[in-house]
Amino acid sequence: MNGFSATRVLAVMIKEFKQLTRDRLTYAMMLAIPVVQLLLFGYAINSEPRHLPTALMVQEDSVFARSITAALKNSAYFDLVAQARTPAELDEMVRRGEVQFAITIPGDFTRRVARGDQAQILVDVDATDPSATGAAVAALAALPQQALVNDLKGALASRGQAVPPFEVIVHRRYNPEAITAYNIVPGLLGIILSMTLVMMTALSVTREAERGTMESLLATPVEPIEVMAGKLAPYVFVGLVQTAIILLLARFLFDVPMMGGWLGLSLGVALFIVGSLALGFLMSTIARTQLQAMQMSMFYILPSILLSGFMFPFRGMPAWAQALGEVVPVTHFLRVVRGALLKGQGVEDMWRELLALTAFVCVVTALAMARYRRTLD
Amino acid sequence: MTLAIDVRGLNKSFGDKHVVQDVSLQVEEGKICGFLGPNGSGKTTTLRMLCGLLTPDSGEGTALGLDIITQANLIKRRAGYMTQKFSLYEDLTIEENLQFSARIHSLDRRKQRVDQALERLGLIERRGQLAGSLSGGWKQRLALATATLHEPKLLLLDEPTAGVDPKARRTFWDEIHALSAEGLTVLVSTHYMDEAERCHEIAYISYGRLIARGTAQQVIENTHLVTFNGEGPGIDRLSVEIGQLPGVAMAAPFGQSLHVSGTDRAALETALAPYRRAPFKWTQVEPSLEDVFIRLMETSEDNFK
Repeated sequence: MNGFSATRVLAVMIKEFKQLTRDRLTYAMMLAIPVVQLLLFGYAINSEPRHLPTALMVQEDSVFARSITAALKNSAYFDLVAQARTPAELDEMVRRGEVQFAITIPGDFTRRVARGDQAQILVDVDATDPSATGAAVAALAALPQQALVNDLKGALASRGQAVPPFEVIVHRRYNPEAITAYNIVPGLLGIILSMTLVMMTALSVTREAERGTMESLLATPVEPIEVMAGKLAPYVFVGLVQTAIILLLARFLFDVPMMGGWLGLSLGVALFIVGSLALGFLMSTIARTQLQAMQMSMFYILPSILLSGFMFPFRGMPAWAQALGEVVPVTHFLRVVRGALLKGQGVEDMWRELLALTAFVCVVTALAMARYRRTLD
Repeated sequence: MTLAIDVRGLNKSFGDKHVVQDVSLQVEEGKICGFLGPNGSGKTTTLRMLCGLLTPDSGEGTALGLDIITQANLIKRRAGYMTQKFSLYEDLTIEENLQFSARIHSLDRRKQRVDQALERLGLIERRGQLAGSLSGGWKQRLALATATLHEPKLLLLDEPTAGVDPKARRTFWDEIHALSAEGLTVLVSTHYMDEAERCHEIAYISYGRLIARGTAQQVIENTHLVTFNGEGPGIDRLSVEIGQLPGVAMAAPFGQSLHVSGTDRAALETALAPYRRAPFKWTQVEPSLEDVFIRLMETSEDNFK
């Protein structure tokens, strides 16, 4: 033992500090991550979403109907984006995910209010993500007491004093018991695939460069696309096994409903696995070391978790954050998985998301090929 | 006579460092050409340009009759390249590394070729051993076997024996001579003088420029160096003192003796006159390749630094 020497501690400390500042990318990441993430997520995340897209079907043209419409608008929870003419049309809008709420004011509404005969408004909620709709559903409870206050005059003034003039019947579709796991578990499929696959391939090329095997590989006649295809193929298999495990656990451990949509789901999974792997490959052509590759994949994972609608309701984010979220591939994958499993959406309902994932695969592959160097220049 | 390598005016810069300057090099088919020069002189960069790993900034030429700029991919099929750092997969076995190389070159009779290579190496018994667990000498021999599995016509070796013990180096060079006898052209960079002497011809590069070329004997003669070997107790301690005398280009101790060289015989004789006394004994000797290279290194420093 030769005691504790402050000089020796200092020696190690100074060396560490110098090495840290020498790796520019790491240095930049350590400073940029807190700033970017704080600004981005601090402003973007909102667990009590307002302005949710709502479709309305009004089967009678009346003063009461107009008052209720106005009250819905005033609550700021509902944005009336569509008018439906038939119940089937309304149903489609919810199933496709175009609207979060579908509100029906039936044809005999005014008559029943006047007669005090159990007047009802029907609200169909897309409850796949319970946290997205919770606050809005709670706000609906106040509707009967307030919406018609100004209209119930004269002979009708007594209506709505003892008992509310009408009731709101809420149907939580796809997830009637508001079980969070139904939403989170399918979402986890996207997150787990991203976390593992992007990182695995991101490390694969940088590892070759670090170990020096890249130089030998480049001296052989192998083409860039051949390297990429060969490196990705084993992980495609890994991704498929992961998907199978997650879906089995989701079914038997968490009782996640599986409504069908297997073709769309399969296409989505295949595209997402290939896209994630290609993204990792792209990162590995940019990063110089394995450490940098790891940091890049971390930088990708965070928005995938926070801006994709996985953890916080997508529609709760401000418009700019939603626009950013649309660029994150996981966003589209989550819509495919949740749509297929919880709503039984078919390919015809989710073609936009599948198209977005196809674009993701193509763009990332093209960039990776453009970035991959055949020489050491 | 056919040239396996024929390049003219190669240039390459990295940033503001001009690493290779106007290098022209011709190597005849079937010859072993030693590529010598101090560290950082541009040997590795030149080798990389020859096998398509780097694109020259300017210059032109052919390797195996193929244009090094436009036909780099074809050269890669017909040339073998062994990197300075061990660059096989350490987490694959010896056999798996050979198989990988066989597949990546789309070779036929794969199993047969791999078995032959293992036999040639004497590694049949250890084929299942991880490449990373081999000693330095064996690693280099395996790397050579991997680089020549596709029967290249041209072999580029970048300091293949750095850090390898003398016996393993001897074995390695025996293999290179055997390959050369089969018609393979070899360009090999090295720092070892005994290896340089085992080459058919040598090329000396310094500060990115090719400054000497020919057989070992020709290179020695062309420098017109006169060398005296001094023997006697404590003579090695005089190297600094003698090295500073006018007319002495360099004085290098070799164990108990001292090599003193200069280009001007008269000036050298004058400088050494005071030391021609007992117990020292002086004899003129043929300058060694090492004497010549150290001299070349020093003059090129003067010219280009």
